[in-house]
Amino acid sequence: MKALLFRDLKLAFRAGGGFGLGIAFFLIVVILVPFSVGPESGLLTKIAPGVLWLGALLACLLSLDRILALDWEDGTLDLVATSPLPLEGVVTVKALAHWLTTGVPLVVAAPVFGVLLNLPPQGFVWLVTSLALGTPALSVIGTFGAALTVGIKRGGLLLSLLILPLYVPTLIFGAELARRGAEGQDITTPLFMLAGITFGVIALLPFASALVLRMNLR
Amino acid sequence: MGSIWEYANPVKFSQTVSRFLMPVAILAAIATIVGLVWGFFFTPDDYRQGSTVKIIYLHVPSALMAINIWFMMLVTSLIWLVRRHHVSALAAKAAAPVGVIMTLIALWTGAVWGQPMWGTWWAWDPRLTSFLILFLFYLGYIALWEAIDDPDTAADLTAVLCIVGSVFAMLSRYAVNFWNQGLHQGASIMRAGAVTGSDVEEKVSNVFFYPLMMCIIGFVLFFIALVLLRTRTEIHKRRTRALLARERMA
Repeated sequence: MKALLFRDLKLAFRAGGGFGLGIAFFLIVVILVPFSVGPESGLLTKIAPGVLWLGALLACLLSLDRILALDWEDGTLDLVATSPLPLEGVVTVKALAHWLTTGVPLVVAAPVFGVLLNLPPQGFVWLVTSLALGTPALSVIGTFGAALTVGIKRGGLLLSLLILPLYVPTLIFGAELARRGAEGQDITTPLFMLAGITFGVIALLPFASALVLRMNLR
Repeated sequence: MGSIWEYANPVKFSQTVSRFLMPVAILAAIATIVGLVWGFFFTPDDYRQGSTVKIIYLHVPSALMAINIWFMMLVTSLIWLVRRHHVSALAAKAAAPVGVIMTLIALWTGAVWGQPMWGTWWAWDPRLTSFLILFLFYLGYIALWEAIDDPDTAADLTAVLCIVGSVFAMLSRYAVNFWNQGLHQGASIMRAGAVTGSDVEEKVSNVFFYPLMMCIIGFVLFFIALVLLRTRTEIHKRRTRALLARERMA
């Protein structure tokens, strides 16, 4: 399992692995927002948490079909499935690798982008916390979507259609946590709800992903 | 004799459908027409909402069905995963497009009602938003059915999607409730009590209630008739495909 994780990480970091793509996409979204809504700093402050969350979510979505599709095409997935590794573990590792290559860079870069969008100083802690807590859920849910659509050629768009409704609760609580943090309000409820979603999803969804993957590999 | 699983046999199912389809359809038509005519022409106008209140005869039944159709798909998906009865999976497939249309009717009639009463076609009220999300779930479900060639894999994957989707749909419902309160503190214009299911029983007087019940019964029967018909069509379609394949082999 460790070998699988390192293999996925190595593949992602090498040229053509698409490691920087997510973060570049995030940057572009953040840069385009002031162009579309105007450079007013008050307005930007107000929408910054939401925009940063949306940007992170879209950047995450962009890289989802890479989780399993390449391994499916070259037959790696069949080999892994016939190995003694439990498939539940495999999908968890895949989600972890996706989070390490997409989620973590987003979390690290988010404060910088927060400056661009005039995020108030007290908001940074909660922005980073909400993203650090929420992006694992995005990766795990995304892996489920990738496992669902892995057998479909050009399933990228379908994947987005299936996954976006599943992202709604995470987005709501994550963005709400960041917003309340930025405005100095009480953050307990969204914090606990977001943590609950993330841990619940990590605990349960890999079983569904493995089940779906097994159906696709049949 | 008497076990419900007998109808898992496609032939037996088709025979039963042939016997019951017409009566159910006729009853559905009678109930809907009676309910709508009664509701539209023989009930008084509401003293504050005027005649716009009458849209509940379409809005409430379709909204009810939109949710319950998803629930029915959840049950049939579970039956398919556990007992592997093809009829069950096909019934879920057959029900989904009906569910989309019901969701659309609910959203559309709600907008038509909201325009004069709330002064807006659309508001990000929790209930409205939840329906929009439900609509997306239906779209994803149907798209997944369409995208996969192998019928058994398609049935399996959509069944899992339906189950996982149900959990997330409920989660979204609570998240959306929380989200809206978070944004509009103390806003009361969105108190849509007049058209919600729970308030119907508590607040709506019997004058409106009986025709509404009639409409709901009509919609339920209409849905049953449609699903029976569409499931039978799916069975026939699959049968045709199997026969064609066999012919090509020979």
